[in-house]
Amino acid sequence: MDVSGLVKRFGPTTAVDGLSLRLDQGTVLALLGPNGAGKTTTVEICEGFLRRDAGSVRVLGLDPATSGDRLRPRVGVMPQGGGAYPGVRAEEMLTLVAACAANPLSPAWLLDVLGLESARRTPYKRLSGGQQQRLSLACALVGRPELVFLDEPTAGLDPQARRLVWELVAALRADGVSVLLTTHVMEEAEELADHVVIIDKGRVVAEGSPRQLTAEQPDAARLRFRATPGLDTSELCAALPNGCRIDEPSPGAYQLSGRVDPQVVSAVTAWCARQGVLAEELHVGRRSLEDVFLELTGRELR
Amino acid sequence: MTTFPAGTFAPAPGRGRVGRMLATHARTEAVLTLRNSEQILLTLLIPLALLVGLTLLTIFSLPEPRVDSVAPRIFALAVMSSAFTGQAIALGFDRRYGVVKRLAATALPRWLLLAGRTSAAFVVVAVQLVVLGVVAAALGWSPSATGIVWAVLLVVLGTLSFGALGVLLGGALKAEIVLALANLVWFVLLLAGGIAVPASSMPGPLADIVTFLPSGALAEGLHTALTDGTAPHWTVFATLLAWGGAAGALATRTTKLA
Repeated sequence: MDVSGLVKRFGPTTAVDGLSLRLDQGTVLALLGPNGAGKTTTVEICEGFLRRDAGSVRVLGLDPATSGDRLRPRVGVMPQGGGAYPGVRAEEMLTLVAACAANPLSPAWLLDVLGLESARRTPYKRLSGGQQQRLSLACALVGRPELVFLDEPTAGLDPQARRLVWELVAALRADGVSVLLTTHVMEEAEELADHVVIIDKGRVVAEGSPRQLTAEQPDAARLRFRATPGLDTSELCAALPNGCRIDEPSPGAYQLSGRVDPQVVSAVTAWCARQGVLAEELHVGRRSLEDVFLELTGRELR
Repeated sequence: MTTFPAGTFAPAPGRGRVGRMLATHARTEAVLTLRNSEQILLTLLIPLALLVGLTLLTIFSLPEPRVDSVAPRIFALAVMSSAFTGQAIALGFDRRYGVVKRLAATALPRWLLLAGRTSAAFVVVAVQLVVLGVVAAALGWSPSATGIVWAVLLVVLGTLSFGALGVLLGGALKAEIVLALANLVWFVLLLAGGIAVPASSMPGPLADIVTFLPSGALAEGLHTALTDGTAPHWTVFATLLAWGGAAGALATRTTKLA
């Protein structure tokens, strides 16, 4: 899939503003961004549900705006918030979607795998949010597609179901299926994606593999630990090399930024010993994808 | 922990067979309608109650046997109830629950989406008319045999015409507004649209208007065919075609997936 210079406007607002992305066969691309960043709009243009205002989009070599009928049999779509008749039973819905495909997976097997066996005969509107999500995922996969669009696949799922979805995505990738997923869950992108694209206000603000994105600049490493709140850190500051700074962003959570080397770690633990406190959850590490995301897209609520 | 053997999801895409897609889609929609208690109330129980009530209770004076005058009008009501009101409400809520978009994202071609829904509407109308016809027969209904062919043609045309109007309403507005409007229009057309009261019994200008409403045209046409056993006037067919054509043309522009 290849998207370049994509633009979509809704009246005076520009939802997608010159966005480009690329998804290679058999890989997983995660589209990350705050609410309203243009993720769903981008996905819906690639699915052929929305018309673009400018730019080019090729999906499996086809233009979704003009070749939708040839494209749809080859892709699986999980729209945000799912979709089914309010009164349809889970099994009836999946059977209907399966009938649209030439070589579908067994609906009964898929329901079983997704933990919907007991909800087989439950009408859609009486399924829990998580069950509706899982049914929607089943509908996206049942036709054995080459490419799958998952728009926030784990929204509203409990941790077990989320793990299951991650396993499914990993299995899809292993079998050569390409996956485009949008998510707010950083852990999900870190765990699943080969390539992450962070977008904000319709533009790409960063992209790369999760490791590239979270790679630490040498002077910006972080050491974190927890201890008694409100300790006087001036003595520790004096013992640290120049350029190191220690903060207590929330009570009891200390964070040291600067060049973290073995001497610095030793200085911190020695200082803790003198204070008679135990440093808990002592952690030196790269930034999380969430740190990167918040740095790039800001902390204010959308 | 579930594990998936390699190759479980190996791509094997393709579109299903057209006949199977159409049959599964139409069956699902027809079953959903016939399982929905509000739809059953609207499409079967109310027409049945009116059929029996108007035949047995002599509130209005009608020529004997009363059921011969009542049945064709109740058939018209049944067609309007399911093809228009039922269809509009179902489509309004189907859109709310995202099913139209869900199906549009499958390999189901666009024309088939419409064909499946239309086939389901015909199945439901057939069930309604069989049930109502059996009850009417039990009440002594004796339709004209030659008129039945005309009646079937009118029912098909009426279903398409009211169906297009139902899609026009249900495809454009919010589900709650569709629900309110579809019921209101049903009620107005039942009382003042030529179904309960024949156009000929209405005051001058109103009678002319009612003749050119789809409800008035269908009720008059069915009455002519089944009671008199003669071909309905051509304006009956023209009226139904015009409403259906206009609604269909407009609906292709205003119908939204979600």
